[in-house]
Amino acid sequence: MIDIQAKLKEIGPYVEEADDNMLVCRCEEVTKGEIRKAVHEGIFTIEEMRRYVRSGMGLCQGQTCGKLVKSIISRELKVSPVEVEPASSRAPMRPIEMEILAQDGGVEHE
Amino acid sequence: MNNTADVIIIGGGVVGCAAAYYLAKRGISNVIVLEATKSIGHGGSSRNGGGVRQSGRDVRELPYAMYGIKNLWPTLSEELGVDVEYTQKGNLRLGKTEEHLKKLQTLASNAQSVGLDVRMVDAKEVQEICPYLSKDIIGASWCPTDGHANPLTTTLGFYKRALEMGVRFFTDAQVKELKKVQGKVRKVILTDDTVFEGETVILAAGYESRYIARTVGIDVPMTRLIDECLVTEKQPPMFDIMLGTAGADFYGHQSRHGSFVFGSDCGYESVTDMEDPSSLTTNSMTLSASCRAIMDYVPALKDAKIVRSWCGWLDDAFDGVPFISKVDGVPGLILACGFTGHGFGTAPAVGLMLSQMVAGEDTVVDISALRYDRFKPVR
Repeated sequence: MIDIQAKLKEIGPYVEEADDNMLVCRCEEVTKGEIRKAVHEGIFTIEEMRRYVRSGMGLCQGQTCGKLVKSIISRELKVSPVEVEPASSRAPMRPIEMEILAQDGGVEHE
Repeated sequence: MNNTADVIIIGGGVVGCAAAYYLAKRGISNVIVLEATKSIGHGGSSRNGGGVRQSGRDVRELPYAMYGIKNLWPTLSEELGVDVEYTQKGNLRLGKTEEHLKKLQTLASNAQSVGLDVRMVDAKEVQEICPYLSKDIIGASWCPTDGHANPLTTTLGFYKRALEMGVRFFTDAQVKELKKVQGKVRKVILTDDTVFEGETVILAAGYESRYIARTVGIDVPMTRLIDECLVTEKQPPMFDIMLGTAGADFYGHQSRHGSFVFGSDCGYESVTDMEDPSSLTTNSMTLSASCRAIMDYVPALKDAKIVRSWCGWLDDAFDGVPFISKVDGVPGLILACGFTGHGFGTAPAVGLMLSQMVAGEDTVVDISALRYDRFKPVR
């Protein structure tokens, strides 16, 4: 069980850092500062972070920035990165055109 | 840790977070929200297509759906300090057969009878409203005050604002049972045996509400039903209306960000089961079936790439409308579950009404038709 208010108190307020403007998620153009700030607003999991700032929600699905986002969140929460669960993998593995994906199955078989 | 509060809300989804916010807004901030999983909004709140609509709804739901759209949604982003991407540009519910049109006409007439501005439009007008749609569409219902929003940021926005106002949230806090003290609901016990105590308990835990309600002798007649969503890569701005179909093939919209978000199914949802429901495994047939359904209505999207798909369980009430109700035999308990896959758009209004029920006031509209004990024997 995680007491969000207690944890927010423990980690203290968001303090700006020199490299907060650094782009972390290139697909969705999310900066390190946006991720750090969100943690102090109560966004503690990668799942929530994706929904809140869109990190890892673009074309590459977080394959590039996933580890980085994880390390930023864990540092901000003062926990080990292994305690921050990775995001769920979602089908399809690579972006596929609707017209092509639509050929998979259906009623007409040869 | 102080485990006592005026109100304990079970379920950190959009309904629970909205109720927490509206309680805090009226000065009741000694509130605890318990979320079973590690993430706020892990359930249906993040697993829907973001419709904020009135058309197509049961007349029992329409008064508060209309209230929310008129009074709560327009200022929500500003109130929460989070962009919920509310877009009110209308909703077409499309028909391809005479049967479809008959169904849409009935829904439209019912909605008109309670004052909703919704009307039938012909094929020509459909094309005028949205030129990207298939020429096979012979008509639709059109509700200009419907729209859509981002369910992810709406849920987390209510959460963030409620946190700022002092509401206490606990994640990874799964409720096992409720216990009465002196005839009134009082204790909320977690699976790890932690005990919380509250004067009032709001049960907004989706389908899991059924197990929890049962621990104080109440059965809520609903089942669990799977639903899937998909999202495309960013597209150039095409249209900002919400789409649905009479055949319920799919529904969805283009998000502000450019992606299209659709919900759809493959036809086997009512018999879909999983050994571990929390694994949320998508069905291998659904994604391709969804693409076929979408292209049948929006052929212009055939080259759009699908980026991801996901699924969620919805709490499917026996008669298709939720249970928002105090419970006679269990004073202090308020049910807010059974939203049947269309709870997102009404969540602000439901949150507001829950805060009024806690305070002992009349709700903004009458919801006695949503009582938990509305079912009578059929023979």
